[in-house]
Amino acid sequence: MSAEIVRTAPRALLAFAAERPGAALAAIVLGSIAFAAALAPLLAPQDPFDLTSFDLLDAGLPPAWLKGSDPRFLLGTDAQGRDLFSAILYGTRISLIVGVLAVAIQAAIGVPLGLLAAYRGGRVDTVVTRAADIQLSLSTLMMAIIVLALFRAGLGGESLSRYAVPLLVVVIGVAEWPYFARTARAAAQVEAVKDYVRAARALGGTGLGIVTRHILPNILSPLIVLATTQIAGAIMAEAALSFLGLGMPVTKPSLGTLIRSGYDLMFAGAWWVTVLPGLVLIAVLISVNVLGDALRDLLDPRRVAR
Amino acid sequence: MQAIAAGLSFVGRRLMQAALVMLAILIIAFAVKDALGDPLREILGEAVPEAQREELRRELGLDRPWPEQLARYLGGAVKGDLGTSTIYKRPTLGVILAKFPASFELVLGASLIVLLFSVPAGVYCAVRPRTRGAQLILGLSVLGISIPVFLTGIFLITLFSVWLGWLPAFGRGDTVRLGFWDTGLLTWDGLKHLILPALTLSSIMLPLFIRLVRGAMLDELGHDYVRTARAKGASPLRVWLAHALRNALLPLVAIGGLQVGTLIAYTLLTETVFQWPGMGFLFLEAVTRADIPLITTYLVFVGLLFVVTNTIVDIVSLMLDPRIGLEGA
Repeated sequence: MSAEIVRTAPRALLAFAAERPGAALAAIVLGSIAFAAALAPLLAPQDPFDLTSFDLLDAGLPPAWLKGSDPRFLLGTDAQGRDLFSAILYGTRISLIVGVLAVAIQAAIGVPLGLLAAYRGGRVDTVVTRAADIQLSLSTLMMAIIVLALFRAGLGGESLSRYAVPLLVVVIGVAEWPYFARTARAAAQVEAVKDYVRAARALGGTGLGIVTRHILPNILSPLIVLATTQIAGAIMAEAALSFLGLGMPVTKPSLGTLIRSGYDLMFAGAWWVTVLPGLVLIAVLISVNVLGDALRDLLDPRRVAR
Repeated sequence: MQAIAAGLSFVGRRLMQAALVMLAILIIAFAVKDALGDPLREILGEAVPEAQREELRRELGLDRPWPEQLARYLGGAVKGDLGTSTIYKRPTLGVILAKFPASFELVLGASLIVLLFSVPAGVYCAVRPRTRGAQLILGLSVLGISIPVFLTGIFLITLFSVWLGWLPAFGRGDTVRLGFWDTGLLTWDGLKHLILPALTLSSIMLPLFIRLVRGAMLDELGHDYVRTARAKGASPLRVWLAHALRNALLPLVAIGGLQVGTLIAYTLLTETVFQWPGMGFLFLEAVTRADIPLITTYLVFVGLLFVVTNTIVDIVSLMLDPRIGLEGA
């Protein structure tokens, strides 16, 4: 069956792209942004993390299409003379990495717990479901703000800067595992009573083997759809925390940090330092959300039957 | 009669739970304060001889075992004493309460906008799902969810303050003092300052609520009673508003109430963008300057808001729908 999917998938994907031009556009936009971010060390004319490589005399230059620009700086410079194009490339990289890793943690905690709850049922199920409810009732962003704020107040901004990436990943990752647990649990409960699972059990399969080898592959679709929207949420959360000064430091800026540090310059007329990273962030978020919607429709089993 | 008794017992249990959660929050706040804060340095500064430190430590009871200190902290908390701010040199609760009106009025303004637009828009999208208007509203709501609240604020400031110069970008403007409450709602200047922050805050809640109202309405419209009402000759408008909407709003109260933590976080972001002198702005200042007593008091206060809202939502849900929660009573 999987061989057939591999054979028909490209054609189905093309047909789907023709039917949903918005999703195709989103895929192209997100693909190019991710590609450029991945190749940032090769594409960027300047190392934005190296303070010695920029010159204060270049500070506040506008993008290339405006008056008074410098051809060396395609998107202009920020208050320190940092090349904005390079900073955005590297910043996007950090934002994407934090978003993807945070969701990986969410899935790594949530999926096993959800499967366990579905397969064992009974008291285990009750405990997991209650824990998920409690975790979700505490808002992610508020919890993240409190944890990072205490970290900063207790150990100082210096330590926060040093451990910003792992901290953000863990804080955003731990806060939203219940979504994966709920989805995995609901999907696994449906699968667990199907004939192929009964057959596997009759053939002497153990609990762990059945769950990982038979149930998990069959519930991947809803998990992939969930992961997409979760990545958008995680990127947005990281940007918000960095904007508040509780995330990535100015020396190693993500998109959120760039937006914050540019914000002070906006009233001096240098709007691009804030607006350009902001537009990239929005492009990423909209693409991921649109793609998530399209994936949901594409992987919907009812669609295949039609 | 039995139903009333069951209801009362439910309310009693819910209040017990709320009290327990508050106790847990206070213990956490005490632990944070104990681990991060050094009250001696906050009071005396660095350059004070050890003997004098020791004396003050004894005087403040800081040499006592921690259960005793915790008991003293909880005792103070009941009387509204949660410590002294190191920045402002005043009781922390007073400092935070003085900023409460600003945050409250911001949330009030945003909530009014959300209420005014989300219910009609959501109902419209549910009863006329295939029209262009509905598609447009839903498309815009995807856009609204995708744009972070601080960027919405920055774009609004760029447009209305920097380019057009119509509305102010910072602060609350002129306020009037009514007893202990500083209000910006009674002056033209204060209202003008409220417009952009309230719009910004509502921009993130509006799409969410439009989708919620639409989803709840769609659920209700599929029920038999709607068909029955139509068959009896009730006009579509009456069926939508008097029957379906009334039932659809019930789950909304619950879901809306549970969003209070998220709402506080978004308010904090909005206050940062507009330098709105509310509790969130104060909290970030406290974090930057490591004012541990003020930070922990903020945590307790936010926890209290959270617990009170959740308790009220549960009790209101019970009053609106007596089936909820009585089975286990």
